[in-house]
Amino acid sequence: MRGVVLTFLLFSSHLYGAGSSSYPLDDVSPDLTDKESLQRGARTFVNYCMGCHEMKYQRFQRVADDLGIPEEAMMSNLVFDPSKKLGAHMSNSMSVSNAKQWFGNVPPDLTLYTKLKGGPEYFYTYMRTFYEDPSRPFGVNNLLYKNVGMPHPLVHLQGIQKKVCKDIPKIAKNGGEMREAITGHPLLENKCGDELVNRGVSPLELVENSGELSIEEYDSLIYDLTNFLYYSGDPSRLERQRIGGFVLLFLAFFYVFAWLLGREYTKEIH
Amino acid sequence: MSESQHPVKNMINWIDARLPVTETYEKHMSKYYAPKNTNFWYLMGVLATVVLVNQLLTGIWLTMSYIPTADGAFASIEYIMRDVNFGWILRYMHSTGASAFFLVVYLHMFRGLMYGSYQKPRELLWILGMLIFVALMAEGFLGYLLPWGNMSFWAGQVIVSLAGAVPIVGDSLATWVRGDFNISGITLNRFFALHVVLVPMLLLALVFLHIVALHEVGSNNPDGIDIKKNLDDKGKPLDGIPFHPYLTLGHDLPAIVAFCFFFAIVMFYFPDGGGYLIEAPNYEMANPLKTPDLIAPVWYYTPFYSMLRAATFPFLGLDAKFWGLVVMAGAIVLPAVLPWLDRSKVKSIRYKGTASKLFLAIFVVAFFVLGYLGVQHPTPLKTFLAQICTAIYFAYFLLMPWYTSVERTKLVPERIPMK
Amino acid sequence: MEEKNLDGGRRKFLLGATAVVGTAGVAGLATPFVGSWQPGAKALAAGAPVKIDISKLVEGEMLGPIPAWRDKPIFVIKRSSDLLERLNSRNERLADPDSERTQQPGYAKNGTRSIKPEILVLVGLCTHLSCAPKFRPKIQPEQYDEDWIGGFFCPCHGSKFDMAGRVYAGVPAPSNLEVPPHYYENESILVIGEDDKEMV
Repeated sequence: MRGVVLTFLLFSSHLYGAGSSSYPLDDVSPDLTDKESLQRGARTFVNYCMGCHEMKYQRFQRVADDLGIPEEAMMSNLVFDPSKKLGAHMSNSMSVSNAKQWFGNVPPDLTLYTKLKGGPEYFYTYMRTFYEDPSRPFGVNNLLYKNVGMPHPLVHLQGIQKKVCKDIPKIAKNGGEMREAITGHPLLENKCGDELVNRGVSPLELVENSGELSIEEYDSLIYDLTNFLYYSGDPSRLERQRIGGFVLLFLAFFYVFAWLLGREYTKEIH
Repeated sequence: MSESQHPVKNMINWIDARLPVTETYEKHMSKYYAPKNTNFWYLMGVLATVVLVNQLLTGIWLTMSYIPTADGAFASIEYIMRDVNFGWILRYMHSTGASAFFLVVYLHMFRGLMYGSYQKPRELLWILGMLIFVALMAEGFLGYLLPWGNMSFWAGQVIVSLAGAVPIVGDSLATWVRGDFNISGITLNRFFALHVVLVPMLLLALVFLHIVALHEVGSNNPDGIDIKKNLDDKGKPLDGIPFHPYLTLGHDLPAIVAFCFFFAIVMFYFPDGGGYLIEAPNYEMANPLKTPDLIAPVWYYTPFYSMLRAATFPFLGLDAKFWGLVVMAGAIVLPAVLPWLDRSKVKSIRYKGTASKLFLAIFVVAFFVLGYLGVQHPTPLKTFLAQICTAIYFAYFLLMPWYTSVERTKLVPERIPMK
Repeated sequence: MEEKNLDGGRRKFLLGATAVVGTAGVAGLATPFVGSWQPGAKALAAGAPVKIDISKLVEGEMLGPIPAWRDKPIFVIKRSSDLLERLNSRNERLADPDSERTQQPGYAKNGTRSIKPEILVLVGLCTHLSCAPKFRPKIQPEQYDEDWIGGFFCPCHGSKFDMAGRVYAGVPAPSNLEVPPHYYENESILVIGEDDKEMV
């Protein structure tokens, strides 16, 4: 049985990945024990996302409890709407018809978004791959989600990213980077778009000083937001793993007795 | 003995005169003799029972908070996961239990193939088991629609559309099953009723009959030797041991605890099973206008789903869709007639010839390959591979009358050989 | 059953130990099933404190439409001076005139069972079997009581309460009507379901 279960677990991998785009996802490791990161993420969410995207299966109260936010701080910093109670769902008041008129579609609920995308990597990458594209209604496009129907809500923080061509080392037929024989400098060629992506180079470049945050600060902001979304997808995750530990310990303990007792009978058979 | 001195015994006598408690206990527990050489494979039956109880209890508790409507179903699952105290435990016990059920049932069935457990006098026992398997597949499919996620919807869509492959009445049959022109809340309502009431009752009745039939003919064993042929002077089988306590406490209890341990690992640490136990598209509500990139059934249906997709060409003037249905239904039903396909003089694979061993081996490989292909996007090569494996699957059964009657078998000893 | 035990003591010990550990396991397993029946986040959110506007409350009357807290009717009554005068005049007929039993928060354990003498706040469910008692404020002989000085009468089983929700002796209801936790946010806003943090 041990073998069967292990094989079964080994088979498990992210079956349903990002979707149709071939842009590679950036790795991200959420940390649910980092309450401050989660709190910052929650604040970013209610400030910048919740106007359009609901988190309608999650309650403010639960967020306050799980993230260790005192009731009053929660009410004044995250709930805003005085008519809402702490126990209310994190929904907004945008109507379906307005949403369709503004964005062509209802912005998806984000409670389960990281689960829907098979992990937090998609969201983390997506929020960092907006670029300027005047042909789109909101003036931006996204590497991960072609022809995205959403404006870049954090553009004033991140700044403007442009899709550019970059000089990258030429690759020889044997797979190595080509270098000049004498100087040893790499031989460069100018590549664009997918050809850069395939070489593991981002085709985007930030316009300097166009945003309030540095690249690191912005990445950290998105990390916190991703962390919060990862939390909200399955808020009982930490508790589940904690209880699971006790259950496994108990069962191991129980097995010792069951096995010893079983042996009392089986040794009689042979 | 006077009545006043033995109040407990007195009580038991009083009950036994009215309800055969002691007699039943002896017949099915303490004086029910099981072969003493049963092994790992013989634990799957009791494990399946444990999972059945788990599914019934958690299922009943889930219905207490679940809302079977198109508007409410998806949100009520999240309500269970977030708002109901311990709701996530109940839900993950149920979702993990579904996979565990099929896992142990497949192993249980494989045991039957290996040791010839379907052979005379266990034909009815086997057929009852096959009926349980079919009911279980139906139960799993019906339950899969209930969370009303997008994969629930589209899997329901695909499988109900299968009914459309039946010639002439197909489309109206599919509409009848749905009660609507597409899968809708109406379909959800009836699937809910079937999933929580009708099919579980059927399953319980079949499981009861399966156990009654088992206790009538007794367990087979890895050597396929009939223990009732060698009795001692009191009429007890010489190679048998009382079911209780030697199997219940000796084998079953440690196995149940170990099983729970592995169950808990999955349930508490990998409840989504990497997208194989709860698929990612099911974290989005059913949307009739948005098909997921890949519609794949849960892992336990994939071998049969592969066979369904393997039918790609028309035959005898009927289209491929129809033959897909026939192939899949055939693959599910065919094992039921095994007792009449196996012409071997011996039961167990231990004494059968090389041909039987070879066929069983490639059958298992083909079954795994079909299972793997079922979660993959079809490509011409993969479809071809699925067709070969489908052919192997059917060959295992349809050629059995031939290879079991011509192969040379080993001599089966009179008594069960012990080390 | 006859057992040819080599070591009966060891087997007995293991049987006992396994039974004990197994019972603990069953108890643990029962926890989610039992616990899931407790009010969850939804019920708690719906049962959160409610604010009631009492600016339109008329003397001698009960606030209508009757507000609800945790889906229970809440009676808010402004007692007239007539009613208050007579309130403690028949205490010998009451079962618990001094509100000794904890059917009210500490700040309502007084002669009027209220924060403000004239305003009474009650959970409108009879302490017998949870029917809603009728509000009978008139000081006049009633069918059920010749000497009625105003109060509540439960039509289900005939329990009687006075104008402070105190139960009469000799009726089915065992205790006074419950006073919910409450406080006044200001002159016109009454909060039900929460104690005033400064008062506690």
